[in-house]
Amino acid sequence: MDGLAKKLAGTRQLLVPILGETRARNLAPLGHGAADAALRGGLMRGALHEVFAADTAGFGFALGLARRAAATKRLLWIVQDYSALEHGQVCATGLAELGIDPACVLLLRAANATDALRAFADALSCSALGAVIAEIPGHPKILDLTASRRLVLGAQASGVTAVLLRSEAGIEPSAAQTRWLVRGARSANTDDWGHPRFDADLVRNRLGETGRWTMEWCCDDGVFAEPREPAAHPGAVAAQACDRPASAPPQRRAV
Amino acid sequence: MDAKAAALKLCPGQALASARAMVRALDVAPADPAADAGLLGQIADWCDRFTPFVAVDCLDGLLLDVTGVSHLFGGEEAMLKTVREKIARQGFCVRGALAGTAAAARALARYADGAIAAPGEEAKATAFLPVAALDLDPRDSHALRRAGLKTIAQVAGRSRGELTARFGKQMVFQLDRALGLGEQPISPRRILPDLMVEHRFAEPVTAQDFVADSLLTLARSLCGALEERGQGARMLEASFFRTDGIVRHIAVETARPLRDAAAIAKLFHTRLDALGSRESGDLLDPGFGFDLIRLAALHAERHVPKSIGLEARPDDDKEIAFLIDRLAARFGSHRILTFQAQDTHIPEAAGALVPAQHAPDTKATFEPRQAGEAPRRPLRLLERPEPIDVMAQVPDGPPLRFRWRRALHAVRLAEGPERIAMEWWRHQTPKPTRDYFRVEDEAGRRFWLYRDGLYERESFAPRWFVHGLFA
Repeated sequence: MDGLAKKLAGTRQLLVPILGETRARNLAPLGHGAADAALRGGLMRGALHEVFAADTAGFGFALGLARRAAATKRLLWIVQDYSALEHGQVCATGLAELGIDPACVLLLRAANATDALRAFADALSCSALGAVIAEIPGHPKILDLTASRRLVLGAQASGVTAVLLRSEAGIEPSAAQTRWLVRGARSANTDDWGHPRFDADLVRNRLGETGRWTMEWCCDDGVFAEPREPAAHPGAVAAQACDRPASAPPQRRAV
Repeated sequence: MDAKAAALKLCPGQALASARAMVRALDVAPADPAADAGLLGQIADWCDRFTPFVAVDCLDGLLLDVTGVSHLFGGEEAMLKTVREKIARQGFCVRGALAGTAAAARALARYADGAIAAPGEEAKATAFLPVAALDLDPRDSHALRRAGLKTIAQVAGRSRGELTARFGKQMVFQLDRALGLGEQPISPRRILPDLMVEHRFAEPVTAQDFVADSLLTLARSLCGALEERGQGARMLEASFFRTDGIVRHIAVETARPLRDAAAIAKLFHTRLDALGSRESGDLLDPGFGFDLIRLAALHAERHVPKSIGLEARPDDDKEIAFLIDRLAARFGSHRILTFQAQDTHIPEAAGALVPAQHAPDTKATFEPRQAGEAPRRPLRLLERPEPIDVMAQVPDGPPLRFRWRRALHAVRLAEGPERIAMEWWRHQTPKPTRDYFRVEDEAGRRFWLYRDGLYERESFAPRWFVHGLFA
């Protein structure tokens, strides 16, 4: 029976290019055990995911999701002019420091929300992209349930993962596969400037449970991970004294 | 100067009083050189239908270079006749001539209307024109007439040496050009296309789908021509000529040489869509109809398509280039950007954003990150660092508290300073050194702050700024 299961899995792999990716579950594991378990294996590719960012840490989280979903393909980041003024423009060296090759990232500056959504829809029709991040601040009227359904269909058709990054916005109904509320998490201790940490709250998940976890982004590997306690710096501790006696000499008292 | 004015013996440049004295009932309007120039420009645009090489000559003339084009209009004579008739039909007084050089044609047009000088025959054709046709300085032409040289043939008869001695080299060059012995380069008004295909309609067309079909057919023939040359188009322009003289040009650029007719048609469709939604009226309003639609490849580059293997996997690079083209056609090529590494340590200049369509192929790569280290640079960089109020230990302690955009942040964790000196070789007065700190506040938000200047050494009260926000 085991051999048969193996044969089936092998045949399924062979059939994937012929039958299409939808036959095989296309999931991108995030790297964080509990989150992956809640997502039933990983982030679904070719779907719409919403990230509500309470501060700029959310942008990094959305970038991390996009990077996991895109694997080796290129990313498109759609930034509105207002967002660039408010939070700053995407920085190439910053991308490189987070472990993402800046040559893989295309940037589109949209004048307003309508342009951003239009570009989002256009970009989702190009299957050569791995993921598209669209940063849309506020509550534009044009971003309603119908618009998000159209984005979902576009993402499904081409297999491009869509990440909708909302800032300064409250939760609205949408057709997204998963919805995350993200803010930055404090570092473990005050000595170590560690890797970026996120307090990620998965509030909506179509295929699994919700949950709230603290996730850390490993810049070297490009995956999320459980937050780890930073190792003590070997240099921070004073060297072992070799000439000292084992016990302190008794205090001399005046009698 | 039209026929009626010539009949009344008026001449250009005459004083208003003397003109009024000659003709009692004279309509006077103030001169508007800007409007005249505009009108001449419009006529020049309309003349684009004959040849793409149109230049404006003085204040009231046009130069059309019809080398290799005249056979399309039935020969040189027929072409000259068509041009003159069509312009005259629009209500203008027109004189025209055809010659082998621009100067000869100019002279003939002004003084021998309708003359055609075969190449090599310019000297014969211009022989009996007055000296004024040489377009010289008025003093020089007056001096020539005083000397008894009243026609070009007489001037040409003198030796070049004595003419140069008396009038200078410039005059002799102009004489030679009028005689067809030299050529002065003329610059055309618009970019000359590398390849051009056009449809002329006997009946002007107004229907939108017909126009779209016509554009697709033109794209196909253009791609065929490009394929023969082994090239692809980088810059394309579609021109729509209306019967009432108005011409509309729509330009589209591509990131890579393009040779696919359907893709070209889609790019134009996207561009028209975007332009149409921005302007209130219909951009391609046919008016009474288009009688000429032209598709030109303004700039073609060598393009060798990669051979497709048997697996036929879709070409990712080509698809991404097409996506960039479509987005640039819709939003403008300055909005779709890519990162390029620059050889500088200044944080805001280290990674420049360049338009993806014009990105030069450089070998510059970004510095890879140091393994095991936390990010040293923020994900978002403010274009203008914002000033903040900071409480920090002097002279170079990290910030303890700061106020940014009216919110107070208590610093929990600070790393630094990272000292970045500005490029002293670029500025007259040296810019202050920056000490960058990575700070995290109580809520877990991370900022990239810097102090602008060193205490005591560079400034007495250095200010603090926030430059970026970490992920």
